[in-house]
Amino acid sequence: MIGRNSLFGPVDPAADAGYADPPARKGFFTDTSVCIGCKACEVACKEWNDVPENLFEMLGTSYDNSHSLNANQWRHVAFIERPGPAGGTAGQPGQQADLPRPAVDLGMPEMGAPVVPDEAKPDFRWLMESDVCKHCTHAACLDVCPTGSLFRTEFGTVVVQDDICNGCGYCVAACPFGVIDRRRGPDGAENIGIAQKCTLCYDRLTDGQRPACANACPTESIQYGDVDELRRRADERVAALHEQGIMDARLYGNDPNDGVGGTGAFFLLLDEPEVYGLPPDPVVTTKDLPRMFNRAGVAALAMLAGAAVSFLGRRA
Amino acid sequence: MSKPPDNRVVDTSTRQQPAEWSEPTHGGSPSRRAGRGARGGRDARGQRRREGVGDVMVPDAEFTSYYGRQVVKPAPWEHDIAAYLFTGGVAAGSAMLAAGADLTGRPALRRVARFGSIGGLGLSVGFLVHDLGRPSRFLNMMRVVKLTSPMSVGTWILTLHGPFAGLAFAAEVADMLPEPVRRGRWAPLVGLLSRLGTPAGLVSGLTAPPVAAYTAVLLSDTATPSWHSAHEELPFVFCGSAAAASAGLAMVGTPTSQAGPARTYAVGGAVVELLAERKMEQSMGLMAEPLHQGIAGRLMRASKVLTAAGAVGALVGGRSRAVSVVSGAALMAGSLCTRFGVFEAGIASAKDPKYTVVPQRERLDRGEPVRYAPPDRRGQ
Ligand code: SF4
Ligand code: SF4
Repeated sequence: MIGRNSLFGPVDPAADAGYADPPARKGFFTDTSVCIGCKACEVACKEWNDVPENLFEMLGTSYDNSHSLNANQWRHVAFIERPGPAGGTAGQPGQQADLPRPAVDLGMPEMGAPVVPDEAKPDFRWLMESDVCKHCTHAACLDVCPTGSLFRTEFGTVVVQDDICNGCGYCVAACPFGVIDRRRGPDGAENIGIAQKCTLCYDRLTDGQRPACANACPTESIQYGDVDELRRRADERVAALHEQGIMDARLYGNDPNDGVGGTGAFFLLLDEPEVYGLPPDPVVTTKDLPRMFNRAGVAALAMLAGAAVSFLGRRA
Repeated sequence: MSKPPDNRVVDTSTRQQPAEWSEPTHGGSPSRRAGRGARGGRDARGQRRREGVGDVMVPDAEFTSYYGRQVVKPAPWEHDIAAYLFTGGVAAGSAMLAAGADLTGRPALRRVARFGSIGGLGLSVGFLVHDLGRPSRFLNMMRVVKLTSPMSVGTWILTLHGPFAGLAFAAEVADMLPEPVRRGRWAPLVGLLSRLGTPAGLVSGLTAPPVAAYTAVLLSDTATPSWHSAHEELPFVFCGSAAAASAGLAMVGTPTSQAGPARTYAVGGAVVELLAERKMEQSMGLMAEPLHQGIAGRLMRASKVLTAAGAVGALVGGRSRAVSVVSGAALMAGSLCTRFGVFEAGIASAKDPKYTVVPQRERLDRGEPVRYAPPDRRGQ
């Protein structure tokens, strides 16, 4: 159904989809400032959801060999090696961001790991981010799906029904984040030719469990919960980081007024979104759909009028 | 917010092909490291192609990306869909010409147009089904009517239009049957079909324009940069192209004495297509670039030449059967090039992160991110 506001703007997606009295919207807050790039989320996701192997290839792109989010990769950890001295995750207020934060002398006796001299430290620092389907408030994939295979769950998430999808691929082109994809292999895998992506572990949620990736994350970089609560936590976290002088910290996808109505899975990033392969200001394509249909309507009428005029006064 | 000094890597050599299943380069070779990347491919012939950019010359933008990888995914569609854009347009325009020919007493034009209508439709459905990941589930499209999905809307438009076009075609065939058959055992059926031809053809003509126009919405309603940014003018390009192609077919198949309206329609369609295409490129900004590069660029250039030549032929050579046939064929070829060109440009724009990142980044840097404004604060 097209409601007054439901192609754009802040809405509660489950209520907008017609659920009466749905549970609180669920989502992820992925805090990349504590991600250690262990890929536990990638593995847990594959195991729980029985996602077949992705192409394994040494890509030469840091530690990222899983390439991208696609039908066979529902969590993807991005690795970015940034020039600059190791240890610095971000800058001091008023300082260049790439400078390391000086270690704080706690006055403790030296013990544990040996002190590494500065010259021996790597000359780069890491940005790591575990990416996933954003479960958009206005999900282009869902809007354009002609079979109703993609649907909004009571938790406000977006899920593919494998047995209904006919593999038209429209959702693939519509997603502004390049998440969903038609499965192409390997031979013998289930659901080849069918669109696949993260379900936010719908089967676990209905059982009151946390999604597999959030469960496996050892640093709580991936936090799962009610979107309202996560947004509050994210605001606090970004404020705390700014206070520590990490001025590059920013939230991505948390704003319900943004181009997709805010995402259910949103992020704390330490650099511009495009550095992580995310679109900087994505907009759901169906925001412009009424306009597109209007223009097409005018063109169609013009075509009909043109045909009529061509025959005018020319009775054979 | 302080920005790190210079993290803007303008990547060149590290652009990677998507390494997903069954990509053509899938071979697991680590030596593919310096991949063909979108920009790499362009550099090979960069000089020439940049000349081709002509009046929409855009300076090379600096932008950051994740190892040069695409941000949005290209539609996983084969050339079936590009071909369908063409056959659907021929079908729609032909249905209109057939109705006009029927009403104004031009049996030869009507016959060719009815054949064009049903032939175009048959091919279209074949292309559409073939392109599905699960063709056997084609009918799942009929589960729902979804106004937010142009593909669903299009399916229902075709479902509405198809039977009437089919009936008009059946009537045409009935009229072509030899006299003994028409009067024989099947006479009642043949007679009924003949009588239904005109009303069915009329309905098929009136339901045809959406068949031609919706395909523009189908492409524009995606995150594919060069399709979405074309949404203002693409319906006019496609409708003009459909008119030109269907009229071209009629010019090829109809004696010149009856093809007058087809020639007029051809000229009108060609002019609309060429003008709308020009306007479209102007309003697309950076996203028009893929229309000038590589295969898409060659197709779009060919399309303009063929369409213009065909229109001139239709305008001045109407008396000559030979000129009509050649002009009609040129118009059809021009339309085919337009459809494939637009299709290819869109796919190329999705594969290159530039077309996703740069416009959005520029919007942000101007301080104009897309944000929802409640109705009472609009336009301020
Ligand atoms: S990120 Fe893409 S696939 Fe996920 S809900 Fe949004 S539009 Fe759909
Ligand atoms: S590929 Fe499947 S899920 Fe995607 S739009 Fe088509 S039918 Fe819907």
